[in-house]
Amino acid sequence: MQYVTNTKKDREQMLAALGLNSIEGLFSDIPRPIKEKFQGLELSEKSELEVVSALKRLEAQNANWENMTSFLGGGIYDHYIPSIVSHLISRSEFYTAYTPYQPEISQGTLTAMFEFQTMICELTGMEIANASLYDGATALAEAVIMAERIVGMGRMAVARSLVPDFRRVLDTYCGAAGIDVVEVPYTGRGQLDLRAIPADISALAIQSPNAFGVIEDPTQLDLGDGLLIVVANPISLGILAPPGELGADVVVGEGQPLGLPASFGGPLLGFFATHRRWLRKVPGRISGRTVDRDGKEGYVMAFQTREQHIRRERATSNICTNSALCALAATIYIASLGAEGLGELARLNLEKAHYLADRICSLPGYKLAFQAPFFNEFTIHVPVDPHRIRDSLKQAGFLVTDPGELEALGMQEALRFAVTEKRTREQLDSLVEKLGGIK
Amino acid sequence: MSTIFDRHVTVSDGCLLPKQDVPEQGLKKLIPSSLQRSSPPRIPQLSEPELARHYTRLSKLNYGIDDGLYPLGSCTMKYNPKVNEDLARLPGFALAHPKAEEGLVQGSLHLLYEVSHILSRMAGLDAVTLQPAAGAHGELTGMFLLRRYFEKRGEPQRKRILLPDSAHGTNPASANTAGFSVVQLPSNEKGMVDLAALKGELDSNLAGIMLTVPNTLGIFEEEILSVTELVHEAGGLCYFDGANLNAFLGRARPGDMGADVFHFNFHKTLSTPHGGGGPGAGPVAVSGKLSDLLPVPRIKKEGEKYRLDWDFPDSIGSMHPFYGNFGVLLKAYVYVLLLGDAGLRAVSENAVLNANYLQTRLKETFTLPYDRLCKHEFVLSGAEIGPGIKTLDIAKRLIDYGFHPPTIYFPLIVQEALMIEPTECEGRDTLDRFVEAMERIAAEAGETPEQLHTAPQRAPVHRLDETRAARQPVLTYPFDAER
Amino acid sequence: MNYPSEFRYTKEHEWVKLEGNRAKMGITDHAQAELGDIVFIELPTVGLEIKKGDNLATVESVKAAGEVYAPISGKVIEVNTELESSPEIINSSPHNDGWIAVLEITDPSAADDLLDVASYEQYLSAE
Repeated sequence: MQYVTNTKKDREQMLAALGLNSIEGLFSDIPRPIKEKFQGLELSEKSELEVVSALKRLEAQNANWENMTSFLGGGIYDHYIPSIVSHLISRSEFYTAYTPYQPEISQGTLTAMFEFQTMICELTGMEIANASLYDGATALAEAVIMAERIVGMGRMAVARSLVPDFRRVLDTYCGAAGIDVVEVPYTGRGQLDLRAIPADISALAIQSPNAFGVIEDPTQLDLGDGLLIVVANPISLGILAPPGELGADVVVGEGQPLGLPASFGGPLLGFFATHRRWLRKVPGRISGRTVDRDGKEGYVMAFQTREQHIRRERATSNICTNSALCALAATIYIASLGAEGLGELARLNLEKAHYLADRICSLPGYKLAFQAPFFNEFTIHVPVDPHRIRDSLKQAGFLVTDPGELEALGMQEALRFAVTEKRTREQLDSLVEKLGGIK
Repeated sequence: MSTIFDRHVTVSDGCLLPKQDVPEQGLKKLIPSSLQRSSPPRIPQLSEPELARHYTRLSKLNYGIDDGLYPLGSCTMKYNPKVNEDLARLPGFALAHPKAEEGLVQGSLHLLYEVSHILSRMAGLDAVTLQPAAGAHGELTGMFLLRRYFEKRGEPQRKRILLPDSAHGTNPASANTAGFSVVQLPSNEKGMVDLAALKGELDSNLAGIMLTVPNTLGIFEEEILSVTELVHEAGGLCYFDGANLNAFLGRARPGDMGADVFHFNFHKTLSTPHGGGGPGAGPVAVSGKLSDLLPVPRIKKEGEKYRLDWDFPDSIGSMHPFYGNFGVLLKAYVYVLLLGDAGLRAVSENAVLNANYLQTRLKETFTLPYDRLCKHEFVLSGAEIGPGIKTLDIAKRLIDYGFHPPTIYFPLIVQEALMIEPTECEGRDTLDRFVEAMERIAAEAGETPEQLHTAPQRAPVHRLDETRAARQPVLTYPFDAER
Repeated sequence: MNYPSEFRYTKEHEWVKLEGNRAKMGITDHAQAELGDIVFIELPTVGLEIKKGDNLATVESVKAAGEVYAPISGKVIEVNTELESSPEIINSSPHNDGWIAVLEITDPSAADDLLDVASYEQYLSAE
């Protein structure tokens, strides 16, 4: 086996040093009935070449994405990833390292975590951020659990316009944690219905832009003691006001748009930012700056007393392994753009999405489902069966989200389109042309 | 350590992004001014050469498996095959959107189906969910499953979870998040579950037991079959933490030991990289009585087609927005295909051989509180090795000798614990060099203790002031502070 | 360290100083030494009614979180807010300036169940 270094001779000598005459002697403590029941996988050892071929055959069962133009979104977007991102995260000092429990030989990871935390705070307008969670959906669930610990009302409210993938995870966590979930409807503009927010909640969770692509305006909200949790799209924050400036108490979201491939939905990157006063309630790792014994600046994992390895059943969360390498990718991605680049990227997305929306709306029977501001994704009311449109578009190589997802949110006869900087005018025009031909 | 925020802003001329090719309407018209950002985030833009140098420099301050021995007990830091990384980046897989139509992602679904099948056989259990994004997430999934199981059976009062005192901290944290109360079980003098104590805790409020097999002392529970039988007779379920699966890979299965729920840790057992703290994957295998409760969607094969199956009304819901950490699952799949049954068996063989070899050699110098055949890891005590010397000092001194320290201060039942797991990947030469370093450190502890107290000397930074980090927290770049 | 003879002690390493129906309390020198540099304390709210043995406060060092239990039943009438910004006072002066809370007690005789200084010191040496 090519990942084992001991030779047969090594093994014999080591066994002899242990006073054993066979390998089986090493497993004499496993009860016989267990060993007798054992069945293998019925897989033979394979060469690297054979396995590479096998995986390429599987890969070929997927569509050839080069021939497809994606308008898929809903949390996972088709952004361009500069080459440097994968080159740098492929340095094995980064990707083969463990969680930085030994800070003296983990300053690379810890410094990058600190940079990530800073960038997330800059984007979200919050004071502190953790070093990542698994994904945006579980980040939202963790935010709700934190809010429940702080406020303790036993129930939370959630906008109906939250993407269903997030909602399923949220409901699962809340169900097991004994937190009631109350749904808040959306208005005819596709925004949160401010009149329908229940009292006595630990938190209200909204998403902006939401599942329809619509940007929410939370500035008029008054939740009493309840916390406002905003799920944000990090790319939109290149031009949109940071949720922290609009009254958010916790900002979470999916970091995939920041330099991660879609990878069939994982690994992803959850980010989590909040007020400094809740530092000790925050889940997950946090890197903090300090000095070494000679006064040299360095970083450590701070406030570990929140975490499971110290607090055990009283920890703020059970999370340990998170998405460190994805957070590193996001950090490098953001640094490759800088503030100016992020703004420019966001404007490219915004303008292209509006161009496409306008063009589609020039077709007879097509109109925007909601008269409200949107970023790079929008919902269109369509004149023919949206499932049929989706099929026809697929034949022509255009991918759009299953209209069933919108139907589940109460939107019939509608389709959602996401437009990133990767979409060219030519692609947008040919989508419109194709749409126009569907009767 | 300088951060990118300390760098001069070096703006390249924006060629990273494509030129705008549609007529612009302007931000002013498209977004109400109250919802626009009023000032840019304070994020510098670095030219590509600057960026490459900054992160290359940072990488050199890290220690990874490719740098040397990484004997973290229970973390199983084994080598990460390079081919895994290449295959996860194949564009057909990497660019697949999770919301693409099933017909377009048959390869991805097929792969996930195969992984489920392999894991189910490996665990000796009936069904698998791939959704959990890490081991602790798998534990949480398992606890949610137990909760739902007892609700469905009309036994919602079953809220007590038994945990050996040697358990990893995530176990109690996961149980608590799912609304269970944790009862600690003492270990007996052999370091195993005390059967008498266990019998005293069996009642109609028992939900189950969480076990790590082998346990965190690296000892296989010889009475495992009695333990699981007792819990089952009392109406409880048996949760197995798979952190230590490396010990019996290719030779035994949790299902045959009485497990009802078992979670895998892919970065520990199946060679996926840990990434400095993730991403991981923590799939969960369950026995038949729990299979209808698994998260949705599940992957189903119909004829030659693979599809997502949402039709499980008793399911706990979803633990992941999609289907789990596909990229990580793929790497583990590649690893299992490369190894086959013989290779998997060679893993446990060499992992256990290496651990016993190290244990035998090191117990001549260090205290070994539980002196018996170990599995993939063992626990020494660093207590009383020298005047005022703590295990932390030994760990830091190992850095000077070029080794990553072992897990320290865990499990809690051993004073000044040093938990050592060499994995199957290390060769005898490396193990001998490690023993030599440990012996020298033990000698230094008596002769020149200051060398240990001030270690590490040969690291990018010396021992860091964690108290200061807690008392004067600096958690983001201090833009406004005088520097 | 000198353990004041007028204090009463618990096996969980809290001390109590009785002044009529007021019971001032904190953690002992032994407890602070075991924890190491204290970096944070979570104080109870004034007005809290608490039973003996209930969780009253949490003190944290870098690598440990220690629970402080009510040594006696009563109502919290004062807390040492100074500790919020300077928790290290508990390290430097555990028995004086590092006091944690004052409880109003209804039954001062309940303190008779607690250890006197000789028993506590004996307990420490046996531990």
